[in-house]
Amino acid sequence: MSYSKQLIDHYENPRNVGSLDPKDMNVGTGLVGAPACGDVMKLQIRVTDDGVIADAKFKTFGCGSAIASSSYVTELLCGMTLTEATSIKNNAIAQHLALPPVKIHCSVLAEDAIKAAIQDYQNKQVESQR
Amino acid sequence: METTRQIYLDYQATTPCDPRVLEKMLPFFKEDFGNPHSRNHSYGWKAEEAVETARAQIAGVLKADTREIIFTSGATEANNLALKGAAYFYRDQKTHLITTLTEHKCVLDTCRYLEQNGFQITYLPVLSNGLIDLEVLEKAFTPQTGLVSIMAVNNEVGVIQPLSEIGALCRLKGALFHTDAAQAVGKIPLDVNAMNIDLLSLSGHKIYGPKGIGALYVRRKPRVRLEALIHGGGQERGFRSGTLPTPLCVGLGEACFIAEQERECENERLKELRNRFLEKIQNDLADVYLNGDLEKRIPGNLNLSFAYVEGEGLMMGIKNLALSSGSACTSESLEPSYVLRALGVTEDLAHTSLRIGFGRFTTQAEMDEAAESIIKAVTRLREMSPLWEMAQMGVDIKSVTWAGH
Repeated sequence: MSYSKQLIDHYENPRNVGSLDPKDMNVGTGLVGAPACGDVMKLQIRVTDDGVIADAKFKTFGCGSAIASSSYVTELLCGMTLTEATSIKNNAIAQHLALPPVKIHCSVLAEDAIKAAIQDYQNKQVESQR
Repeated sequence: METTRQIYLDYQATTPCDPRVLEKMLPFFKEDFGNPHSRNHSYGWKAEEAVETARAQIAGVLKADTREIIFTSGATEANNLALKGAAYFYRDQKTHLITTLTEHKCVLDTCRYLEQNGFQITYLPVLSNGLIDLEVLEKAFTPQTGLVSIMAVNNEVGVIQPLSEIGALCRLKGALFHTDAAQAVGKIPLDVNAMNIDLLSLSGHKIYGPKGIGALYVRRKPRVRLEALIHGGGQERGFRSGTLPTPLCVGLGEACFIAEQERECENERLKELRNRFLEKIQNDLADVYLNGDLEKRIPGNLNLSFAYVEGEGLMMGIKNLALSSGSACTSESLEPSYVLRALGVTEDLAHTSLRIGFGRFTTQAEMDEAAESIIKAVTRLREMSPLWEMAQMGVDIKSVTWAGH
């Protein structure tokens, strides 16, 4: 399989690898996929009080496409509002990295990870207001 | 595609043709081009003589009679001929076959075909070390069992099945014993009489010979009968019609001869390479698991699971190495290796496995470079693996409820 330059660049020089404190009230964590399926993505966002994503970190177990998809997503997320982040579609990720057809599911997983991280952050906000 | 000087570590997929083999083949592409079946002139005689020399070389490796060797296009055809040929010839008496879950696809798929055509097949499980349980085999026999097909050496995990014991059992139960020995020739001692083998398949390109040629050993005493798959001029005693490809036959014969002659020395050398490689890996990396038995295994194969690092992602990080992954993300099926699954390797670990196959032309420097590259890539990828992070924090990843996708 031949991969695009962008994909290989993200695989070889992944952006924003790391972890944020999952207990931090301003941090949302998304953990999607399953080891048995060969892909697990952990995506974390730190959200400012005015709803802007100030930081995003990832860790991924998976193929090169999965690693590149999550790396690219962290790059996109930084500076976005939550509303903007929610509107990121897997197509955009797949297109930017020129994922081959059998690897489209990696971009779907990355989109799921964004949604899961935002959901986790929003759950924390709701709980804290109780 | 980057192909510049990758280190070749995929010897179970295929092997380079030995220059000594190629040298023997060349005249039969050029001046000695005769049809070995031409009985009326010297071109034919010369080719026939070369083919018969090759046949004797093959028989020699198996301790068989020259007349028991049938040339085929490869091990796939030999396996098809053995299974379908015997099943159909004896179908009035016996309709049950026994094989294992870890056979090569060409045996499993042929068995599926026979199943669709009225035969019953038992697929034996294997133990976690990859070997069959002889007691389970013994219990699988029925009065209808006509043929048992169990591979000599597995192509993914390199384990060696107990051929003598299986052969003795088959003889006792009155069933034919076929073994796919494509990965075994030149790696383990073979003796069709001592091991009670009735049918044996082998392949040229797995043993430093040419692609496109293989052979099937068919026992003469007591005579094993087969229904032919390919009809025509009645060559190969009617078992396999078609003009023999003289250069390929010559190549297969020479490859067998060299492989057997150098077997013991080569096994010693490869064992040293393997132990040194394994030691380096295990010294620098935790949580690396060997799939398949270490002792009952050919020395030129390692199948390792690097926990918490997905196989295809890992392969991208070792572009200087040419090898295969047990993670099926590399194939189109998205299912991890059925052989590893049969050994009871869990899916998450099956996704993290690499098959490292080395052989005649592998040097210690290459193995050292391979170990270094793998260690570097695994370390880097674990740093970005959420599973590694969880394991370091003491979380058992099996206790997590994962949302499958």
